[in-house]
Amino acid sequence: MELNKLTIHELQALLAKKEISSLELTEKCLEQVENINEQNQAFITIAKEKALKAAQAVDEKRDRGEELSPLAGIPVALKDNICTEGITTSCGSKILHNFVPPYNAYVVERICEAEGIVLGKTNMDEFSLETTTSREGSGVAVANGVSVYALGSDTGGSLRRTAVANGLVGLKPTYGLVSRNGLVAYASSLDQIGPITKDVTDSALVLNTIAGHDAKDSTSLKIEYPDYTQFLKNDVQGLRIGLPQEYFNNENSALVDKIKEVAQKLEELGAIVEECSLPHTEYAQGVYEIIATAEASSNLARYDGVRYGYRAAGAQDVDTLFVKTRSEGFGPEAKDKIILGTYILSSDSYEEIYLKALKIRSLIKQDFEQAFSKYDCLLTPPVYTNPVNLAGIPALTMTCGLIDNQPVGLQLIGKELAEGTLLRIAYSIEQNTDQTRLKASL
Amino acid sequence: MSNYEAVIGLEVHVELKTQTKIFCGCSTEFGSEPNTNVCPVCLGLPGSTIVLNKSVLEYAAKAGLALNCDISLLSKFNRKHYFYPDMPKALQISQLEIPIAIGGHLDIEVEGESKRINIHHIHMEEDAGKLTHQGDTISSALSSLVDYNRSGVPLIEIVSAPDIRSGEEAKAYLEKLKNTLEYTDVSDLRMEQGSLRCDANVSIRPVGSKEFNTKTEIKNLNSFRAVQRAIEYEIERQIEVVEEGGQVLPETRTWDESKGITVAMRVKDEPDYRGMVEPDLPPIEVTPEWVEEIRATLPELPDVKKNRFIMEHGLPAYDAEVITSSRKLAEFYEKTVALGQDAKVVSNWIMGEFLRLLNANNLEITEVKITPEYLAKLLSLVEKGTISGKIGKKVFAEMFEEGKDPEVIIKEKGLVQISDEGQLKQVIQEVMADNPKSVEDYLGGQKKAMGFLVGQVMKATKGQANPGLVNKLLQEALEELA
Repeated sequence: MELNKLTIHELQALLAKKEISSLELTEKCLEQVENINEQNQAFITIAKEKALKAAQAVDEKRDRGEELSPLAGIPVALKDNICTEGITTSCGSKILHNFVPPYNAYVVERICEAEGIVLGKTNMDEFSLETTTSREGSGVAVANGVSVYALGSDTGGSLRRTAVANGLVGLKPTYGLVSRNGLVAYASSLDQIGPITKDVTDSALVLNTIAGHDAKDSTSLKIEYPDYTQFLKNDVQGLRIGLPQEYFNNENSALVDKIKEVAQKLEELGAIVEECSLPHTEYAQGVYEIIATAEASSNLARYDGVRYGYRAAGAQDVDTLFVKTRSEGFGPEAKDKIILGTYILSSDSYEEIYLKALKIRSLIKQDFEQAFSKYDCLLTPPVYTNPVNLAGIPALTMTCGLIDNQPVGLQLIGKELAEGTLLRIAYSIEQNTDQTRLKASL
Repeated sequence: MSNYEAVIGLEVHVELKTQTKIFCGCSTEFGSEPNTNVCPVCLGLPGSTIVLNKSVLEYAAKAGLALNCDISLLSKFNRKHYFYPDMPKALQISQLEIPIAIGGHLDIEVEGESKRINIHHIHMEEDAGKLTHQGDTISSALSSLVDYNRSGVPLIEIVSAPDIRSGEEAKAYLEKLKNTLEYTDVSDLRMEQGSLRCDANVSIRPVGSKEFNTKTEIKNLNSFRAVQRAIEYEIERQIEVVEEGGQVLPETRTWDESKGITVAMRVKDEPDYRGMVEPDLPPIEVTPEWVEEIRATLPELPDVKKNRFIMEHGLPAYDAEVITSSRKLAEFYEKTVALGQDAKVVSNWIMGEFLRLLNANNLEITEVKITPEYLAKLLSLVEKGTISGKIGKKVFAEMFEEGKDPEVIIKEKGLVQISDEGQLKQVIQEVMADNPKSVEDYLGGQKKAMGFLVGQVMKATKGQANPGLVNKLLQEALEELA
């Protein structure tokens, strides 16, 4: 049996029947890390000892017959911008290469409470600043059976793109559904943590654990958090699904065909599918760049070598210390963002560029509000990912086929707090397409 | 008289005395071991998120209402960016666009004239850490130590309109500001501990002009007196510069207390703080009902209290001013009066003995133990003639420090006034026998000798004789001889 290829819920069944132990599973994963890490650098830090100890502890609890959560004993990989107490959290940057947080992120606390097994920290572009990235370690780790699932972050789409590139399910929740406490900020008004999983059921299971109100994060939502597994229904009867035409323009026709196939399938299953429009889509990329860059320049200001992280040697005064530390510690992409973001926020361009971008951001939001007055969900190619971040709404990406033997995916976009609808449609798609064939070819 | 007038605005930073910091639960206690009241939030560690302390909002609104401001029902926080080692995030969270309170005023009195100084706005912000330079001066220091205990301590900045015209007005404004804020109890207001800080913006212009000319900002002002002196010096300096055909530079200047001059620190290249809206904190919304609830917690403020003491208690304006200059003093006065004592008598004792002893011993009113109940008791004893006024002052001094019951003090020290006629007559006979010359003088028409004899009786009774009775009995005894 290839344990590595199984999902959370499949493994949980085996654990419950004691056909496997969490320790065996964790050892298997750690073995796989060593097999693949040399080649693809999926992990920056591996927390081997801690993981083995935690796995053993869960096994003991299971032996004592204690009640355990659905994530108990299941290995998880965390993107390296999620703070882990006692485990280096570098954000893929030299400037934080030696930063060991004294605290756990909210989501890590929740995973630990659920007795999940943290294997280590996955690789990423420096502070996740590359806008079109799809080669994050989190996706590679899950696709290669190193970890059963992963937590990633999504500022403009990196989580969703990584999921697609690796044939996985990626969910970016509504802004505020998952606390950002302990997520090293890139662009605070856009960042959101979400699960990268092998199937939709796992996505709901992980969301159940990490979503929730956190009194330490002022942007965390105070709502009734549902049990997301209740939405795992093979039923789209009567749901209204919009296809925003702007997302299909200029798109690779093979991909468009794949998505149209899915749309047709949904129609067959009783959904109502129509074309619709999000007229400000073309401005989203520019607006996203401006806002994300501005916020990044602000959030990256604190890395000055005074308190933690990289500190340049040989500085004789404090200004030199700042300049040398930041010049040596940041990579080229970060420096570009800092310079550009600083300019965007300066009084010369604040109104002309920054405030204008904020205004267009609200127009983009309005586009979605109008669309969601008619539709329960939007179905798109995953090409435009950042409008969703600008609007603070949830989106899910999943595989919908292969082109040139590479997985390609679709994106489902929902209105604020419509994670349930996204999970329901995604689950129905999963149940009615040949996912096993897609997975087998990976 | 000078042809110039000064245009002065004050920026006053007040540390709020909430239990915990503005965005985290760390203690705000002053004087703790360095870097012990810190956490990931106030250290600005990666990933930390912030939550506004509700008490900070309440305190800021309370201060705003006391200073006659309007409270913004929606206000926002911004990030003010600059690099400095005492700033853990390299940015200060402050309110740059929509502050919590706007448009207030304070009425001050200078040279007997009342003048209104407008308050532009009050905003909330976080304090930075504290640097200690390891050397004599900042430039010669080889290293610096940084303590982040103060990082994240809540501040309000009270920004006056440029309505102040002299050093004296500035001092009067600060005194009034401190006096008013003391009533609200939102801050310790201790300049020496940095819980009250003031920077002054000063420019000059020809009398009659409405222009605002280049201003300098004066820092390192450690007392109200320093504020006044520094402004007076700076006005003279600027006039001299202009008269000599020069230009006032937009400088930050520091006050050198010992030399009594302001010294240029740096030319102000107006920094670009890049004040974006704080994305980690949604806008702060309050309701009109909430504002009214805060308003209801305000005590009677000094101006209103002063007028009431004048109108209802019949106090002279001067007395009312002195007594309301401190909330604690006014409360002490009022409680004593409420116990049935005459307002003017209480005021005399407070303005006289009370303040004299406070100043002489350099004490705060909270540090003395005397209670209104005991002061009222003392005044009753004086009124009834149990002790004389003079003895009363002695008793007061003991009560002041130890908080003892005046009756106990009088009893222990045997200070009760002697009003027993037989006892006094005996003393009078002895005094007359010991001073025949004075008796003769009196009988010979020199009435002044009477005073001397009374003095001798008082001396013989260690001041405890009832002076009125001594006068009467002595007169009778002398007349018997005539």
